[in-house]
Amino acid sequence: MTATTMAAPLAPPSAATSGHTRDRALWGAVMLAPYVLVFAVMVVYPVAYGLWIGLDLNAYRRLFADPIFLRTVLNTIIFVFVAVNLKFLIALALSGFFVAQRAWVRFVLVLFILPWAVPSIPTILSFRVMLNPETGMVNSQLFQWFGIVEGPGWLTDPTLAFLCSIMVHIWKSLPFWTLILVTGRLAIAQDLYEAASVDGASRWQQFRFITWPSLATLYVTSTMLSMIWTLGDFNSVYLLTGGGPGDLNHVLATLGIRYMRNNALDLGIASIIVAMPLILPMVYFMVKRLSKGADA
Amino acid sequence: MKKIIDESKLILIAIPVLLWTLLPIYHLFVLSISNQESMLAGKLWPDDPTLQNFQIVFKQQHYYLTNFWLQMFNSFFIALATGLITLFVATCAAFAIARLHVRGGRSIMNLALATYLIPAAFLAIPMYKAMGTYGLLNTQTALILAMVALASPYAIWVLKQASDKLPKELDEAAVMDGATSLQLFRLVYLPLMKPSMVVIGIYALLLAWNEYLYAFLLLSSEKAVPLAVGLGLFLSADDAPWNLLMAAGLLYAIPPAVIYYGFRKNMVAGLTSGSVKS
Repeated sequence: MTATTMAAPLAPPSAATSGHTRDRALWGAVMLAPYVLVFAVMVVYPVAYGLWIGLDLNAYRRLFADPIFLRTVLNTIIFVFVAVNLKFLIALALSGFFVAQRAWVRFVLVLFILPWAVPSIPTILSFRVMLNPETGMVNSQLFQWFGIVEGPGWLTDPTLAFLCSIMVHIWKSLPFWTLILVTGRLAIAQDLYEAASVDGASRWQQFRFITWPSLATLYVTSTMLSMIWTLGDFNSVYLLTGGGPGDLNHVLATLGIRYMRNNALDLGIASIIVAMPLILPMVYFMVKRLSKGADA
Repeated sequence: MKKIIDESKLILIAIPVLLWTLLPIYHLFVLSISNQESMLAGKLWPDDPTLQNFQIVFKQQHYYLTNFWLQMFNSFFIALATGLITLFVATCAAFAIARLHVRGGRSIMNLALATYLIPAAFLAIPMYKAMGTYGLLNTQTALILAMVALASPYAIWVLKQASDKLPKELDEAAVMDGATSLQLFRLVYLPLMKPSMVVIGIYALLLAWNEYLYAFLLLSSEKAVPLAVGLGLFLSADDAPWNLLMAAGLLYAIPPAVIYYGFRKNMVAGLTSGSVKS
């Protein structure tokens, strides 16, 4: 402090600050460099390379001629639409349950988080074994309790297998989004509800006029984020059914990998690029929203 | 009376929620203590529960499990390396962006966020290809780098938000005292950021520990793969010894569950500031 004041008359007033500014600019660049390097090596180059391969129009012709691809596009749309909406309706309802002020409800929440806290491999494979039509626990129990000799072919019937993938996806990601909506609900001022119940508002009216308006933004943002990530859910489909039976149940995330492993890299890349017009607007919108949130 | 009705309504919700949540986990546990026969009979509870499966896993006495401990170690190593490198990369970046206001920092963060939002399964293919070009395929370096690239964007975003909450006056006071940027980072910034850094380190660690797709694409040698891929090998046979898989899977699931519950308070607090990739 004293040093600066003493030196001030000798040096031009801006020298100290400009030295400081230079120091900041230098260290700013140095400290940002590791991430920029990672980004360049792991994202920019691969994506540029992918786009370059994706310029080959021939690949798209072959892609659209592949019946599995067309089926996959349809699957993906249904998967995302059903899984996300169902998941959020359940999450919205359950978040109302989990804000109840009870010690035991908090304990239930701790257990409820488990699917999200443990890795996918053992749990999804557990579903897979459990749903095995011949030896799985589900059909064995159906036989034991209800005498159903030939239980549903959970993973061998194409439609059922597809629905099971959706179920597994919801099982895995429901806790996370419920937790997000719980924190959203907890942020709502409690006296609003007290005032409303003094005025004789019903549960539904309280939800309609207090809860929903406060949660709407969070709900929409979360839904959109979840849509993007559901689109990329590889595990729920691959680990449960492998995209089967008969490659009928692929989604874009698993089909791209399948193409790649079958030495059709160009088709894999093309199948991703085809999805971009759908993803990029959402990504753009979310980046704007999240980076605005970062300023607040 | 109303209280009892309210309570029973809550219980009526809790029961199906718990059944739904715990059934696959219960099933996992039951298989892990079942012998081959009870497993194939689909029993709710095995006839004679046994710990033999765990014994076989521990002693690596099955073809699929020959490298169990090595793969467990690989998982630890990859997760730890990812956690530490991500922490280093992201903390430096967040400091440069939020406190030093480096030029272009804002755009870099937005680009990073875009990476975070694009589904990882879609980035996997070009990343796999690039790893081939770099000659890194089938090395753990490839997987660690990929996981750092996937974990950093969210890490930077969370750390930047936390940095913005630190009072500006701290920096100003330190600069007045003649602190250089590096001193500011070491003496002021790092100590204050510790709580957020713990959350982010754990986030990256768990992300890498749980990852399957990238591990299975980038690594192929049985000695190099983490446990996730080792367990995935069971998928190659229809009559796989699922009870052994579940015993090994249970051991694989325990570390993240323990870490998660140990740091639950911090993790949930970190969550509310944004959203962790599920």
